[in-house]
Amino acid sequence: MSPLDWTSRYLLALSRHDLSLLLVFVLGWLVLGVAGLIRPHRVGFVARILFPLGAVAGLGGALLSGIYLITGHAPEILILPLGLPDLPFHVRLDTLSAFFLLLLGIAGAGISTFAAGYFRSGEGTAPGLLCLQYHVFLASMALVILADDAYFFMVVWETMALSSYFLVTSQHRIPEIRHAGFLYLLMAHVGAICILLCFGVLQGGSWQFTFNAMRGATLTPFWASAAFLLALTGFGAKAGLVPLHVWLPEAHPAAPSPVSAMMSGIMLKTAIYGMLRIAFDLLHVRFWWWGVLMLALGLFSALFGAIFAAVQTDMKRLLAYSSIENIGIIFTGMGLAILFQACHLPLFAALALTAALIHSLNHSLFKSLLFLATGSVLHATNQRSLGKLGGLIRRMPWVATLALIGTLAIAGLPPLNGFVSEWLLLQSFLFTPQIPHAFLNMLIPLGAAVLALTAALAAYVMVKFYGVIFLGQHREPSLAHAHDADWLERIGLAWLAFGCIAIGVMPQIALRAAGAVTGTLLGQTVNLSSPYWSIAPISPGQASYSGLILLAGIVGVVGFTFALVRVVAHGRMRRTVPWDCGYPWQTSRMQDTAEGFGQPIRHMFGPFFRMERDLPSPSDIAPRYRVHIEDRLWRTIYLPIARGVQRLADAVGVLQGGRLAIYLLYSFLTLIALLVFVL
Amino acid sequence: MSPLTIVRQFGEVILAIAIAPLLVGWIAQCRAWFQNRSAPPLTQPYRMLRKLFHKDVALATDASPLFRMTPYILFGTMVLAAAIIPSVATDLPFARVADAIALIGLFATARAFQSLAAMDIGTAFGSMGARRDMMIGFLAEPALLMVLFNAFLLSGSTALPNVVEASTAHPFLIDPSLVFAAVAFVMVLLAENARIPIDNPATHLELTMIHEAMVLEYSARHLALVEWSSDLKLFNYACIGFALFLPWGIATHGADGGLALGVAVIALLAKLIVAGAALALIESLSAKLRIFRAPEYLATAFLLAVLGLLVHLLLGA
Repeated sequence: MSPLDWTSRYLLALSRHDLSLLLVFVLGWLVLGVAGLIRPHRVGFVARILFPLGAVAGLGGALLSGIYLITGHAPEILILPLGLPDLPFHVRLDTLSAFFLLLLGIAGAGISTFAAGYFRSGEGTAPGLLCLQYHVFLASMALVILADDAYFFMVVWETMALSSYFLVTSQHRIPEIRHAGFLYLLMAHVGAICILLCFGVLQGGSWQFTFNAMRGATLTPFWASAAFLLALTGFGAKAGLVPLHVWLPEAHPAAPSPVSAMMSGIMLKTAIYGMLRIAFDLLHVRFWWWGVLMLALGLFSALFGAIFAAVQTDMKRLLAYSSIENIGIIFTGMGLAILFQACHLPLFAALALTAALIHSLNHSLFKSLLFLATGSVLHATNQRSLGKLGGLIRRMPWVATLALIGTLAIAGLPPLNGFVSEWLLLQSFLFTPQIPHAFLNMLIPLGAAVLALTAALAAYVMVKFYGVIFLGQHREPSLAHAHDADWLERIGLAWLAFGCIAIGVMPQIALRAAGAVTGTLLGQTVNLSSPYWSIAPISPGQASYSGLILLAGIVGVVGFTFALVRVVAHGRMRRTVPWDCGYPWQTSRMQDTAEGFGQPIRHMFGPFFRMERDLPSPSDIAPRYRVHIEDRLWRTIYLPIARGVQRLADAVGVLQGGRLAIYLLYSFLTLIALLVFVL
Repeated sequence: MSPLTIVRQFGEVILAIAIAPLLVGWIAQCRAWFQNRSAPPLTQPYRMLRKLFHKDVALATDASPLFRMTPYILFGTMVLAAAIIPSVATDLPFARVADAIALIGLFATARAFQSLAAMDIGTAFGSMGARRDMMIGFLAEPALLMVLFNAFLLSGSTALPNVVEASTAHPFLIDPSLVFAAVAFVMVLLAENARIPIDNPATHLELTMIHEAMVLEYSARHLALVEWSSDLKLFNYACIGFALFLPWGIATHGADGGLALGVAVIALLAKLIVAGAALALIESLSAKLRIFRAPEYLATAFLLAVLGLLVHLLLGA
């Protein structure tokens, strides 16, 4: 028997117990979390031992899910002897959950490795407690993906929200962070209520809350749509879909960087998972207008996020808005998939869904990478404001190089991974004219234009992000003492950067993983038969792309040109002061600031923003320029709601006189009323 | 994949590298004629490159490796783009690697690197140029994509060789949507290649320059590569335009023997001569726009391309 047979047989044997093994890894995370409490203040123990172990568990989980995606396609179900007496917890592993567990494991491994080098004592919550919250957060996200009944789903969903709330507020002595945490908790619960109501609708009168029962429930068109809209609201609030996005730019910057990375990279994807589970698996996609609604919301979120990201001056807020943009792109893909599926075009639905899934995976890689890079920058400089950074490529070459890969990937540039998913999505837009609805098939191709604009804006945003932080001159003298990340942080960043490159040059791997999902959800996969280095999702004659050969081509031409220039010409070089049109008094303050770089966007998309500007007068001795940009939706939607709630609470508060006699009177009146009612 | 196709592929790329500066020289010559000046010789760009390759590089003290790598990356991406575009023949092994969307991605990669390199030294002009170029880029990219979408919908494929094959199959059938798309494409071409009315390649006027501001800090062989790759970019754009709107003469699959290739090269040269003169005419007749009129200009291009799309869908429906 050849070694290859052996391995495959062994893998097959292993794959029959995938679910139980995955649960062991989840349990491992919980144990690691509790172990953190043994020595809560020993950074050496918590950071250098527990977090790397968590990373290993993440890798193991990713490996198992990957094996499951390749080998077994039959769902595995387990009933856990936990929970309420008549309501045991159900868990289930199918290709959809395996895909998202793969994402969680890959990104989680990188983030945990980085966190091992990142967390230090004296910053808010004690490391041991942080370790507990962190691993509970990880485990609850994994369980959200595995849960197979509404009851268990809600329990772990809430655990996820609460553990992340505590992580966000780990530096709770700062008032802004407390505010951000409160807003996050509030939005998380508004979303959770919608999801709970959605499950209430989905059970369809059977009062069976397992997903299996919901799959079989027959809903009238009205209730099916109600369930869909509730799910869209609930999961949209978690994912940061506009207009439910307000918590995202507050909470992401407030959290420590590994936590921001985890929230943005993984937690938002649990909402994507939930939406897919409900729309495709439980509701079986019924109406085309669901897709159109989702598409419209997604495109708007994408454009909105990109525009706002372009004008941010805080590096983590910028990334948070960029997350809104990417979530918008994912929702665009899902909306297209629903639309195609409802119009009985399963191949194109599979293409759009593949794009959405791969973009989820990609986003979890590059967004985590960039958030972690901002963490390194933050530790090295104590600055979060873009206006006080600059020139760090010379002080932090490791972080700068790895962040460059993330920057190019998120900007959607070939041959990295961000381009693959955007390419797939644009390909699926090409087929929208085939939708059998007049006008719709004319309007939706314009969505491709919005998507193209968003992608191009994303490149603008990321050039700004990278250029202002890492390139140019130091904007503050203290930056000259910035230090590079330590080796654990570098490993974490390098792992994620490796993922970005690997999916970029070998897109077929991601395509096959997503193909397993579309195979179960839609019964259709895109064309998976091309070799490993290229993809041709519909047919090779239609369109194909190969990242590996593209990369090899660029590297080959660059290397050849370099050698040729050296041989034919020469390599002489001398270092001098910059030319700068002969201007000798150049200072670091003359570079474009973050505000300056965002100025064209402010100019062009003015109606999107609420702007407050203080312009100095010409005679001012110490002129100060200030521009403050606010989200219009905050004042038009959120503040009126807040005021309404306040007014309602005030009105109810009138009842509370604070005197015993009044409360006795209430009791008496209630009794009278009840008596009247009964008699 | 026969050895012949590989030879054809390499031949096409080498042709592109070789005659790209010639196109720029030709446009400069035409411009001089139109403006009643005495023209520089046609070989002026080559002399320029030769001079630059012989000089010593003067590099700013703070320049990072990114800055030094960028000229090579720019050249690499543009050469690769030339390998994808069917300028002479459609049977290109490399065209299967990247379709037209990936081609736009390649251009975007080049732009991102050029802008990052411009910000690297930390001079006021560099970052200003980077900002402006990214602004033009993010407006031009959707317009270009919409132009290509027109062609994709007609041919059912995003690969440029297939687009050419589809349009040469019935050569006298011009879809009205392509007229809109062609106008939009020319507008995008002017904007993307730093030409009047968006940018003026002939001046170093500090407050208005875009492309020149970004390459201010480059010298000698680096500058030579940057200039050569921007020549190549113009050549590539011209060839995309020919592939979409004037595909006549390009040797198609199966009919690409020596004679057909010779005809294709001559057709390409003829098209370049005419297009270069037309470009010079447009540039001589129009004035440079203020930088904040650029969004309106590119929005017009975008809307024209979208109109083309709607015309196609309306007529097709």
